[in-house]
Amino acid sequence: MKVSYYPGCSLHGTAKEYDQSVRSVSRALGIDLEEIEDWSCCGASSAHSTNFKLSIALPARDLIAAEKKTQDVMVPCAACFNRFKTAEHHLSHDPALKAEVEEIVGGRYQGSIAIRNPIDIIANDIGLEALSAKVVKKLAGLKPASYYGCLLLRPPEVCRFDDAENPVLLDRILTTLGAEARPWSFKTDCCGGSLTISKTTIVTKMVDKLMKMAREAGANCLVTACPVCTANLDMRASAGAKLPVFYFTELAALAMGQEGPEGWFKLHQTDPRPLLQGLGLL
Amino acid sequence: MNTFLEEVNEKINGVPIQRCYHCRKCTAGCPMTSAMEHNPNRVIKMIQMGRREAVLNSATIWLCVSCETCITRCPNEVDIARMMDVLREIAIGTGVGAKEKNILKFHEAFLTNIRVGGRINEPSMMVHYKLKSGDLFSDMAMGMDMFMKGKLSLISPRTKDMKSVRRIFEKTKQS
Ligand code: SF4
Ligand code: SF4
Ligand code: SF4
Ligand code: SF4
Repeated sequence: MKVSYYPGCSLHGTAKEYDQSVRSVSRALGIDLEEIEDWSCCGASSAHSTNFKLSIALPARDLIAAEKKTQDVMVPCAACFNRFKTAEHHLSHDPALKAEVEEIVGGRYQGSIAIRNPIDIIANDIGLEALSAKVVKKLAGLKPASYYGCLLLRPPEVCRFDDAENPVLLDRILTTLGAEARPWSFKTDCCGGSLTISKTTIVTKMVDKLMKMAREAGANCLVTACPVCTANLDMRASAGAKLPVFYFTELAALAMGQEGPEGWFKLHQTDPRPLLQGLGLL
Repeated sequence: MNTFLEEVNEKINGVPIQRCYHCRKCTAGCPMTSAMEHNPNRVIKMIQMGRREAVLNSATIWLCVSCETCITRCPNEVDIARMMDVLREIAIGTGVGAKEKNILKFHEAFLTNIRVGGRINEPSMMVHYKLKSGDLFSDMAMGMDMFMKGKLSLISPRTKDMKSVRRIFEKTKQS
């Protein structure tokens, strides 16, 4: 299948390994990614925290550019995904706002394409069976706590692709890869990502709590689909609390026997290689 | 003249906040209450009582991380997350400013970075934030580590059609 691709700024910077693993896994699964031409940043929480109209107009510029091709757009960053979905929601419910934003951006928004997260595309379009067929190395012994964070699923009437309180698609993908996803009740608890730079002490407490709860659930790592969550969890946990954090696509690439994972793992703050070597997975 | 409640409702442009029946489900799920001086439900009450200055001058409205847990769980669809955005906009727009100065400075540095390049360049955004906030040394070691690993680069691809990006900023500017 062909989809448009919106990497967002993080995937070109601190979340390189997410970008590369999404591309690599997509290629293997027959998902053809076409980067949106000349995209710009979605504005993230800084735009909506201070300027509502700006927070709709920035993603609208990208959506309008994406609509030149009639295919769904894959948005791997949960933060961008949320901003795109929120913009879509307001543009399709508020005609006056839509007209104003179209004038600001200089183009018409049709609402003709679906905004999709890679979890959704892989679990629902490619399917777990097809994914399973590509697995050459079961991730036995890996016990991830899947972490969706806040921005993938909330609010449900905007995001809706999995349950908002107890989502399962990421767990199912991980199980398909041969890992033993641990049940825990903090899948969608907030990690404080948007305050990670300006309010570090508060955020460290939030991250430590998540790490502690993941350990209590028997997990030996955390898995995300968001560069903001990953950066935050990986950077802000205190020394004693740290668990390795993976992008789910890095683990998919590893299980599919692809080139690349080892190089990506070197980029993590908390080196996950000892864990994987101990399990004979690297 | 509008009451504070009317002003907030008008800007939210959705479910009026007086639909809240004060069950405090929002507050029970909010991850930031321990850091906030007024919990989310209390902010609603304060708005209803017209306590404009106290609300706009609070750290609470800046500490809300927009996790959307409150709106997800509210039985009356009161959109507290959006309400917090609105309160921040009013605080900026009326010159009250931000009780949590560095949080606003971070947002400003972030948006300036987009206005200049269309996309975020993480190192230059951080330098800008650090100069503005005066918080010069935290995260230095981590930044160097990421730099050495090749994760941070001073030059990253930018948006080419900057005219359209600048136009968006120009046209959405709040007086
Ligand atoms: S959320 Fe982050 S990565 Fe996504 S476009 Fe916005 S700033 Fe860039
Ligand atoms: S970083 Fe925080 S705000 Fe972003 S998705 Fe993760 S939990 Fe939510
Ligand atoms: S959950 Fe809704 S109704 Fe209950 S206190 Fe919060 S805002 Fe009010
Ligand atoms: S959006 Fe803000 S107020 Fe609502 S639960 Fe999250 S942090 Fe609390």
